[in-house]
Amino acid sequence: MRQILKEYTYTPATIQRGYSGKSLYLNVSDLRMEEKVVTEFMKEKFIGGKGFDLWYLWQAVTPETRWDSPENEIVMSVGPLGGITQYSGTGKTLVCAISPMTGIPIDSNAGGYFGPLLKFSGWDALELQGKTEKELVIFIDGNKGLIQFCDAEGLPEDSHLLAEELTRNYAESEEDQVNVSVVSSGSAARNILYGMLNFSFYDPRRKVVRFKQAARGGLGTIMLDKGIKALVVRYKGIKGNTNNPADVATLNRIGVKYHKEMHDLDEKQNGMRKIGTANTILVMNQYDLLPTRNFQTGGDPAAVNISPKVFIEQYLTQGIHDGCWYGCTMSCAKTADHFRLLTGPYAGACVTVDGPEYECVAGLGSNLGIFDPRAILEENFYCDTYGVDLISFATTVAFIMECYQRGQISREQMGGLDLAFGNSDAVLELLHQMARGEGFGPIAGLGIRRLKKLFAEQFGSDPALLQDIGMENKGLEYSEYCHKESLAQQGGFALTNKGPQHDEAWLIFMDMVNNQIPTFEDKAYALYYYPMFRTWFGLCGLCKLPWNDIVPADNYKTETPAKVPEHVQNYVDIFNAVTGKSIDKEELILQSERVYQFQRVFNIRMGKGLREHDYAPYRSLGPVSSEEYLSRQELYDRQLREKQGLDPAAMSLDEKIATTRAYREQQFELLMDAVYKRRGWTENGVPKPEHLREIGMDLPMLLEVIEPHL
Amino acid sequence: MITVNTREQAYQAGMTVRDLLDRNQFTFRHIIVRVNGEYVPEEQYDKAPVRDGDDVLVLHLMAGG
Repeated sequence: MRQILKEYTYTPATIQRGYSGKSLYLNVSDLRMEEKVVTEFMKEKFIGGKGFDLWYLWQAVTPETRWDSPENEIVMSVGPLGGITQYSGTGKTLVCAISPMTGIPIDSNAGGYFGPLLKFSGWDALELQGKTEKELVIFIDGNKGLIQFCDAEGLPEDSHLLAEELTRNYAESEEDQVNVSVVSSGSAARNILYGMLNFSFYDPRRKVVRFKQAARGGLGTIMLDKGIKALVVRYKGIKGNTNNPADVATLNRIGVKYHKEMHDLDEKQNGMRKIGTANTILVMNQYDLLPTRNFQTGGDPAAVNISPKVFIEQYLTQGIHDGCWYGCTMSCAKTADHFRLLTGPYAGACVTVDGPEYECVAGLGSNLGIFDPRAILEENFYCDTYGVDLISFATTVAFIMECYQRGQISREQMGGLDLAFGNSDAVLELLHQMARGEGFGPIAGLGIRRLKKLFAEQFGSDPALLQDIGMENKGLEYSEYCHKESLAQQGGFALTNKGPQHDEAWLIFMDMVNNQIPTFEDKAYALYYYPMFRTWFGLCGLCKLPWNDIVPADNYKTETPAKVPEHVQNYVDIFNAVTGKSIDKEELILQSERVYQFQRVFNIRMGKGLREHDYAPYRSLGPVSSEEYLSRQELYDRQLREKQGLDPAAMSLDEKIATTRAYREQQFELLMDAVYKRRGWTENGVPKPEHLREIGMDLPMLLEVIEPHL
Repeated sequence: MITVNTREQAYQAGMTVRDLLDRNQFTFRHIIVRVNGEYVPEEQYDKAPVRDGDDVLVLHLMAGG
């Protein structure tokens, strides 16, 4: 066992209706532990999960707080529904902190067992504050009521080894390993700004520790900067009623109905149980949505080489239950087992690769011009074990590759790496450089916003071009969809609270293909409803996927099939069954909106969160280059005719590109106007006091922040 | 002429729902098809006719990862 530097004991609270009623505050500067009471006010206004995280984070920081300030907090919470075992996707931990990428709150969610085990250990939320030189492991034993700050000396750096050793160390027997979960990062997270957190769960079928990630926004970088090498929780005794729900019979009934849908329909619908979210790779390719070579185009014939069929038949283990929390019959957390690594410090080792998910294949594959499934899996493994957010990594490297392609940076300026599109060897070497803190690795680890400045100032690159092709907004890299033909999704990425991640809204089919939201008002409604609805998953500890990656067989009969009304009602019923409350689907949206507006005001408090911060790079809105325009010339020429009444035959290519740009940028402005209005914001993007009053969120602390901006 | 997702398209004599899906490269499996408001089950795509003037909706049910 590790050397214990300080130890506390506590009496674990009993969970009642989804809440323990207490939260845990740990300060690593002075190894201090405090218990806090979770108030009725918190439950009413913030629900849990991301809501609790943001509430505590607000108390902890000031407008001057930066990501590496000691007072910055990492806050985690699973929410009141987290840990139920009757329904799919109920083990999500929400993590918030002030992000090194954006300077505003980031929220990121992860599966794995940590959040539910933390709650069952008696804590609705965990705050981590302070900084220490001496690196620590923090251990929480929920059965014994024990908290230990331990010396981390001698532990491995990378997650796959670190979590395995800690799981073995803190489990009381081999069988007990399923009761231990570890949060860790990896060696690269010390040297880059987009380090992520791995949340573990022990897989007794494979006998390996596996991971899901709270990937976005640099949370792993923050945790290591604080001197926290790992968090470990142990809790034994999970049952179907550990949350002590108000109405377990209803939970059971809804769960059984849902699991039957999953059993009967998954194969006909999305095939989540065979390949998980990567089932959509060829769909995205066929609909011109698969980001290719830094989002320049939306597909490539070579995508067939990274199709679901290839991964299923050649790499992914089939026929094993793959849920990342108990009771999830969607079972989409696939793995490539016995995967032999060819590069890096673990070359020759056979490992289990968690994934690949869609974002991985699109980001580390097509968007880098890589169509080699083996290389993608190797990148996937190293991103995970090194603690690298693979979305930020992929989008940043795609940007670097295009800069190189266009002569904006040279091979020498990249330390000799030939980061040309398609060169997976160079991408893997870049990852290893990040882990070693050498060469071009730490520079690429700064992320696109800082690289744009650095390349322009130090390498003489064209700042206007870099601004156009650098796919970041608010400092966060875009996730992996080529969305320039969907105005609604342009807003779905840029008009978000934390930055361009697809977990607020994914409207591309509804907008671009189905043509269901043709007007600005329609799009604004969608950019109100879906972000609010999806925020709710993060308040409650739920995964989004079971909502609409499988839908009831008679969903087509409903008036609003995109909303999946029966599943929305499931969530209302589950919430009421656990908490004993009596909400309806309208109140569900209000619960979310209160937190959503709180987060927007939080951004304003941190000096951001206004209209000027919501603009998108032009690559997000339309064709930057002549090659892009020519790749879909028929479409763009038609739009000039039909939308602007122009004759493309009478225009030069440069004129067509410039005219298209002016039109699309104007459309985006009009979209912002409509969305702000629908969300109850001023034209500058500030929530109006009267709207906050209407939704019951006119807290004096919020009004004080917005008042100077009105 | 027919309309597909509220956009006009040329009508082709004898076309079926399957022809329409193929022509538009609507390859996504998880869709709902309605012709003049009437739901068309997947097993009827090969035979269900699309007639001149029909209003066809092909709703792709996907809302992201």
